[in-house]
Amino acid sequence: MNVLLSNIKPGNTVTVVDLLESSLKPKLMEMGLIAGKKLKVLFKAPFGDPIAIDLGGYVLSLRLDEAGLINVNEVKD
Amino acid sequence: MKIALLGNPNTGKSSVFNLLTGMRQHVGNFPGVTVDKKVGDFKTSKGEILQIIDFPGTYSLYPRSKDENVVYDVLSNQSNKDFPDLAIVVADAANLERNLFIFTQIHDLKIPSILVLNMSDVANRKGKKINIEALQKHFPDTKIVETNARVGLGIDRLKETIENYNLNCFESNVTIDFKLLPIDDLENQSKEAEIRYETIAEIVNEATSRKELDTNFSKSSKLDKILVHPILGYLFFGLVLMILFQLIYVFAAVPMDLIDGSFSTFSSWLQKSLPEGLFFDLISQGIVPGIGGVIVFIPQIALLFFFISLLEESGYLARVVFIMDRLMRPLGLNGKSVVPLLSSVACAIPGIMATRTISSWKERLITIFVAPLMSCSARIPVYTLLIALVIPAKTVFGFVNLQGLVLFGLYALGLISALAIATILKFFIATKEKSFLLLELPSYKSPRWGNVGITVFEKVKVFIFDAGKVILAVSILLWGLATFGPADAMKNGVKQVENSIQFKNSSPQAQDQMIASAKLQNSFIGHFGQAIEPIIAPIGYDWKIGVSLITSFAAREVFVGSLSTIYSVHDNGDSNVPLIQHLRSEKRMDGTKVYTVASGVSLMVFYVYAMQCMATMAVVKRETKSWKWPIIQMVVMGILAYVGAFIAYTSLS
Repeated sequence: MNVLLSNIKPGNTVTVVDLLESSLKPKLMEMGLIAGKKLKVLFKAPFGDPIAIDLGGYVLSLRLDEAGLINVNEVKD
Repeated sequence: MKIALLGNPNTGKSSVFNLLTGMRQHVGNFPGVTVDKKVGDFKTSKGEILQIIDFPGTYSLYPRSKDENVVYDVLSNQSNKDFPDLAIVVADAANLERNLFIFTQIHDLKIPSILVLNMSDVANRKGKKINIEALQKHFPDTKIVETNARVGLGIDRLKETIENYNLNCFESNVTIDFKLLPIDDLENQSKEAEIRYETIAEIVNEATSRKELDTNFSKSSKLDKILVHPILGYLFFGLVLMILFQLIYVFAAVPMDLIDGSFSTFSSWLQKSLPEGLFFDLISQGIVPGIGGVIVFIPQIALLFFFISLLEESGYLARVVFIMDRLMRPLGLNGKSVVPLLSSVACAIPGIMATRTISSWKERLITIFVAPLMSCSARIPVYTLLIALVIPAKTVFGFVNLQGLVLFGLYALGLISALAIATILKFFIATKEKSFLLLELPSYKSPRWGNVGITVFEKVKVFIFDAGKVILAVSILLWGLATFGPADAMKNGVKQVENSIQFKNSSPQAQDQMIASAKLQNSFIGHFGQAIEPIIAPIGYDWKIGVSLITSFAAREVFVGSLSTIYSVHDNGDSNVPLIQHLRSEKRMDGTKVYTVASGVSLMVFYVYAMQCMATMAVVKRETKSWKWPIIQMVVMGILAYVGAFIAYTSLS
């Protein structure tokens, strides 16, 4: 089932399904957020925003606004 | 041969640059854009000098912010005078995939290139091993060099590779057929990113062997449990702030007092030992104190940037941005505004320079706009004089020292006003750019001292040459306006004083002071002060205060010295006791006191708001590349100062 990355709780690993259309789409893709990419939500900032994700090589932080542009699929362990 | 240094942020690119060029760096301008061009001289073993341009670290050739535009501008146009003959691309070996993105872009533009795989030790520790031969197969015409710039490993090999690079032998293959797309062609940029990452995935698969993924961030994530914790995270940040303030106020005070003391001793020694004459007065009263007024800020600025670059190098600064972003956003600011605003508590000039890391132009502009409202250290002498003068040293609410409370209130007023104005400004600045935060949280590491040293050196240099020349020029100009005046008025003023009974009964030192005072009162500045008296009377000031307001345009702390001169009180530097006693007895024509709680507080509020600093305006002009913003800033801050002072004066009197 597809969910937005902004709804994923820390500790969960997901796979990127696709990105919603927006002016930020190429920027997000350039950072490595492309379909099929596995990532793990690491932690959230004190007010729940921004969040930090492990993109398999580095940690990226992004606001919930940006995370809300990313459709992901939860990976069952 | 023109060489460009490119690559992602946090790859050790600046370490590579520093190791290649050492201290032979200078800052220039790319034509027509706001960003500085960092150029370094690389000396080959044959003694030839090659220029390396250090471009801003970017993840792609397509810019995300105004500052990153420069990479696109230069590389999209072969006839650009900075278009490189050779590109050195620094890549983080531990994160090959994302780093190869910009590398393949540059490679596909058929620019001869050297790929520097930096931090290969970290990659090894993370269980990633790069097979150079396999990588080389994909980029046969690229020279690949492994380095560890933190400890200087592999730099000699890199130097050799640059020296022996034969541009003529370059034949290019491409990973994908590629032409740089227009900046606004987002759809095709997305397509390019997709294809590029597909190709890169294949290359990385062949060229790296890796163990498991999840162990990567164990050390960093343990630290992050504390440093971004909802309570502990802010507590730790609070501790960091306390250390910062300790450094810039307590530690820096020692060298600052020393500098201040030696300059005023030197200046009065010069005054006594040089022959009389205008030229020598210019040196002893204009130039020397002017230079002193610049140098006195160096300890604070050096300590500030020493500490900030330590935090940056260690990776902590990205966490500050991370935990502060949500709090700053409703104010039209960004997590990245925190450091510039903090720096402005020492001095707005380095604060404004530190806004360059903010990718959204709007958020950067708002940060620049409100930074001078943070109470800087040049305001402290003004605050302490006025507080000692009009605020009684008593205890309120049982335990709070009233004078301390007022000082705290002035800082709070500056901070709150800065945040409030940012919030208002948010609605007035139009932007097409969407604000966003895509920030890498680099893993924690111990700082490289060489980088810290070079940063401190650079910042101090920029301060001296950018702010310093303005402060010095304004000091000299104001000295001129305070020394010269309408000839008759000056002569008559001095004569009048000399004929007074009081003068004849005074000591030679007091006589000198009285003459100096008479000269200042009748100088151009004196006349100017009297001319603005009708404007400043409603906020409780007389023309003598007006004169001091004008002279403190060079730097705010000049206010104190200027009052001493105008009231012909010997300025003994530290305690201001004679000055305070004199000011307390100062009366208006109608017999009421000039310095009351009302006019004193009004002056303090004025100094919280007013843009009494030409150097800051010059830096804002430089950073925004037009006089528009510093002028708007001066007007807005001026109105706030006047209205604030008026409210303070009328409500207290």
